[in-house]
Amino acid sequence: MLECKGVSRLAGHREILRGVDLPLEGGQVCALFGPNGAGKSTLLKIMALLTRPTRGVVLWDGEPVRGRESKVRQQLGIVSHATYLYNNLTAEENLYFHGRLFGIPRLRERVEEILEKVGLYYARRDTVGTFSRGMQQRLTIGRAILHEPRVLLLDEPYTGLDQQGQAFLNDVIRDFRNAGGACLLISHDLPDAVALADKFIILSEGRIVREGSCSDMTAESFDNIYREALEVDRESGDAWAIQFRGEG
Amino acid sequence: MGFLSRTMTVVWKDLMVEFRAKEMLLSVLVFALMVLVVFGFAFNPVEHDLSDIFAGIMWVAYLFAGTLGLNRSFMSERVNDALQGLVISPIDRSSIFLGKFMSNFLFMIAVELVLTPVSIILLKYPFHKGALLLGAALLLGTFGFAAIGTFLAALASNTRASEVLLPVLIFPLLAPVIIAVVRVTDAILGGDVSGVMPAFRFLAAYDVIFLAIPFLLFEYMLEN
Amino acid sequence: MKILAWLTGILGVVALYLAFIVAPEEAVMGPPQRIFYFHVASAWTAYLGFLVVFVASIAYLRTGARKWDRLAFSSAELGVFFTSMALLSGMTWGRAAWGIWWDWEPRLTSTFILWLVYIGYLFTQMTAEGDEKRARIAAGLGIIGFLDVPIIHMSVRWWRSLHPEVVRPGKMQMEPMMGVALLFAVVTFTLFYVYMLKWRVRTEDLRDRLFHLKEIMRQRGAAASRRG
Repeated sequence: MLECKGVSRLAGHREILRGVDLPLEGGQVCALFGPNGAGKSTLLKIMALLTRPTRGVVLWDGEPVRGRESKVRQQLGIVSHATYLYNNLTAEENLYFHGRLFGIPRLRERVEEILEKVGLYYARRDTVGTFSRGMQQRLTIGRAILHEPRVLLLDEPYTGLDQQGQAFLNDVIRDFRNAGGACLLISHDLPDAVALADKFIILSEGRIVREGSCSDMTAESFDNIYREALEVDRESGDAWAIQFRGEG
Repeated sequence: MGFLSRTMTVVWKDLMVEFRAKEMLLSVLVFALMVLVVFGFAFNPVEHDLSDIFAGIMWVAYLFAGTLGLNRSFMSERVNDALQGLVISPIDRSSIFLGKFMSNFLFMIAVELVLTPVSIILLKYPFHKGALLLGAALLLGTFGFAAIGTFLAALASNTRASEVLLPVLIFPLLAPVIIAVVRVTDAILGGDVSGVMPAFRFLAAYDVIFLAIPFLLFEYMLEN
Repeated sequence: MKILAWLTGILGVVALYLAFIVAPEEAVMGPPQRIFYFHVASAWTAYLGFLVVFVASIAYLRTGARKWDRLAFSSAELGVFFTSMALLSGMTWGRAAWGIWWDWEPRLTSTFILWLVYIGYLFTQMTAEGDEKRARIAAGLGIIGFLDVPIIHMSVRWWRSLHPEVVRPGKMQMEPMMGVALLFAVVTFTLFYVYMLKWRVRTEDLRDRLFHLKEIMRQRGAAASRRG
């Protein structure tokens, strides 16, 4: 569905991503892990068409996205660090606004449906500024699935959610996958994300260092894999540093 | 949905936000009023006839107040990174600009509708005729201000010192509008309408150019 | 670079000689008129600098190549420098000729507004967040600012024309040698601009490379600390 191929990204003098290939397929949840500064959020932003890669391409159904961004954006649902909500508007108005931007038919019913789903129907007339972080996050999730996207891109979507909220989000993601959607999930919570995902990818210093299937994976065995993957990367990092010293 | 109706969605949202935070419109109005009062103290309308500089005072008050309003218009987009919410949507980047422009324009016009009679009374201007032409001058001047101002405010909102930077950027670039609109307002108020048409044409040309260029450039300004 | 430096130096001496010794004294204004050669040359070079900002800004938005942004920034700095020179020389000339530093002479006034526009451009370059975003924003300003230049010019002329003009010494009588002196001054200033621009761009390149090396050091340091 959505795919990035050979994507690199230079920010000033830092190579944030170096040649990443990542296909997202329908009916799959792909979990993206890595230490801070590995380039996870940048990769997600590139797939969200918010940032252009320095090299490489983003593909939609096998064709480059360039030139038909707005058609592709129609199919993407995004949850990022920021909520993208207006504090001065009510929950209902925020959804209504986004719905109009996406040109959703029969918007009033859809907004009501989503408000029920995220459990904020009772607060629909309250301005978002009065919401707790958890309520805002629920609304953000509602905003992301409002236009029935085919791809969900989630960057630390559990932020601020209580246990109930986390369970709710897990249900949303499972339903989305079962309906044939593709989901990319960035999370710090390894065990939970592994339990949910079908596929994992470990990113370190802008490269994919390990990827594989999440089936039959326990939290413990994945923890070993994660440590090992970063260990190997460390050694190659050192080798690179030593080589640089030789040049100097 | 078409280009226009999506643009109107942005306008609708801005006006809603504006309406909810009434203190914004009010504080801009009060600020403009303060500018008028300061001019009153500085030039003393009791002892002096301020007719000659009335148009200038009026526009200084509007432009200062308008700059304040522009800053605020993009500050509200920065909370929760709300502007990104527009960028991830499938609407045209230029319709984001057009929507923001229209809401800023309407905001300014609302401020001017209140302030024009107030300044006429406050500064004791003997106003008799030419209300229609005066309205046209206000519209044309405000249009140019809102067009280039929206663009510059969007740029300045990405800098560390946007509140200070915006006026620094806006006033030199707006010099042609300031010159033309003050001159033509002065002529209309003075009852001398012979030079009005060329000035209107000049303002209209400026308005078109500085709506069109930001319209084309805006796409590049929104990318991360 | 070396040849350019020598050429600029030699031409500079020739231009000074032509302006101060060879060119005849203007009948009405006398010696102060000799500022004219350097005033016009500064103004010309400033406009050239801003034209380069404009072109480089368009090139940056089209290609996204970093070098265009560096070129635009360097040229804007020099443009502001030469605008300052034009303003100062213009004011000095005004003081000598009419006994007044600043009289809202149309051309000087629009030069002054131009100076303000590009001061704003430099501020933006210095305070904008994010490397690419900063470059794009600056490019937007570089384009819109330059397109405003002729309009500012027109409006200021029009603004002044409505005031009764103070009687001024009449039009300068250009003698052939004066033209030659002006030509040399303009060529010298242009070469000086090109020379300075090259240095400025090179400095920015070196700064870039320094940042790059620092980045490598940082990564190496991170790798080492993880191992330890």
